[in-house]
Amino acid sequence: MIDWAWIQRNLGMIAQLLVEHVILSIVPVLAAIVISIPLGYLVFRTGRFANFVLAVLGIVYAIPSLALFVVMPVILGTKILNPVNIAAALTVYSVALLVRSVVDGLRSVPASVNASAAAVGFGRLRRLFRVELPLAMPVIFAGLRVVTVSNIALVSVGAVIGTGALGELFTRGLNSAFLTPILVGLVLSLLLALLFDSIILLIQRGALPWARGRRTA
Amino acid sequence: MIWEYVLDPANWTNPDAGIFILLAQHLAYTALAVLAAAVVGIPFGIWIGHTGRGRFVGIGLSNAARAIPSLGLLVLVVTLLSTGIGPVVGVLAILALPPILTATAAGISGADSEAVHAARALGMTGNQIIGKVEWPLALPLVISGLRSATLQVVATATIAAYVSAGGLGRLLISGQATANYSEMFAGAVLVAALAILLDLLLGLIGWLAARRTNPGRAAEVAFAASR
Repeated sequence: MIDWAWIQRNLGMIAQLLVEHVILSIVPVLAAIVISIPLGYLVFRTGRFANFVLAVLGIVYAIPSLALFVVMPVILGTKILNPVNIAAALTVYSVALLVRSVVDGLRSVPASVNASAAAVGFGRLRRLFRVELPLAMPVIFAGLRVVTVSNIALVSVGAVIGTGALGELFTRGLNSAFLTPILVGLVLSLLLALLFDSIILLIQRGALPWARGRRTA
Repeated sequence: MIWEYVLDPANWTNPDAGIFILLAQHLAYTALAVLAAAVVGIPFGIWIGHTGRGRFVGIGLSNAARAIPSLGLLVLVVTLLSTGIGPVVGVLAILALPPILTATAAGISGADSEAVHAARALGMTGNQIIGKVEWPLALPLVISGLRSATLQVVATATIAAYVSAGGLGRLLISGQATANYSEMFAGAVLVAALAILLDLLLGLIGWLAARRTNPGRAAEVAFAASR
């Protein structure tokens, strides 16, 4: 049932699915970073109302991915086979999780540090960018790693409704009871998750030298 | 109209693949898988949390589990073994195991150490400490582990329809096959509603458990347990 020559013959197709997989999983992460940091800050600033928003986001996160993929065309007006549905649904999940990380991160900043910065003459904005966000970053990075790894795993679910990048190797393998594409899809998906997790960890080490050695995950 | 399929009562009661039957299948898969995972995961989690052994295995496991593409694992197992309830529930249980195991271990090892020391000072044996101190204190976290596991299983059970296993995902697959978007939409909405309901229900149970094991009363709990 395993045919190594199949990999060689289909190298072009596999590479194409791999690229598609990276785009469909990573673009939502990037979009979610851009959306979640300002949104998370706003939610954090609402005080007690923040817990309500986080509870709602928790409910959004509970929706199974396949269900969200199928509902997306109604919201976006896209066709069911459009890969944009997958990317949009994963962006929704990523935002739901990252906003929580941003709020948790900002909440972890000790009040005394914030007060000291204010006392030294830092205005609200400078305090946000020079004190609060940098100190919140380890928690935000932990959320980022979770989001990235789970996005990479979730993209392939889309194959059930026709667009799932590497997941298409699973459906192809199932339909012809052929193990090779299934194994290739599994291995590549796991390797991608490992690769991007390590990249984020390296960025975190480089960008947050003060948090080195502290455990965040 | 996209709501057409859900609103037609005949689609609910159809004896072949009506929504009620699919819902029952979905719930049965979920219950079996979470139960199987709990039977293995909770004792192992208690052992890891109580002895502190193998903790790195536990943490690594939950991180790695997130990277597993559930469709891939399902398809792999079904291709190697066969379709049918056994392999499908097996895969669901494997996916449910890491959150239960790690939450239990975290709950047990995070039990207030003063309460544990107090219990030991009162002469409790290891098993008594687990049963009367650590386990009640860990319960809210164990429930939150069961909650994540349940959500994971409900989502993956939807995908299981792709390997002809039934459940609410069947509406998605057959709707896709016959280009009936209303049917797909019905499947999506029902699965989402089911997941949200279970999430809220388990969240409520967890909240009630957490209220009972208020950390401020941990010493009291340990004292009460010695009577």
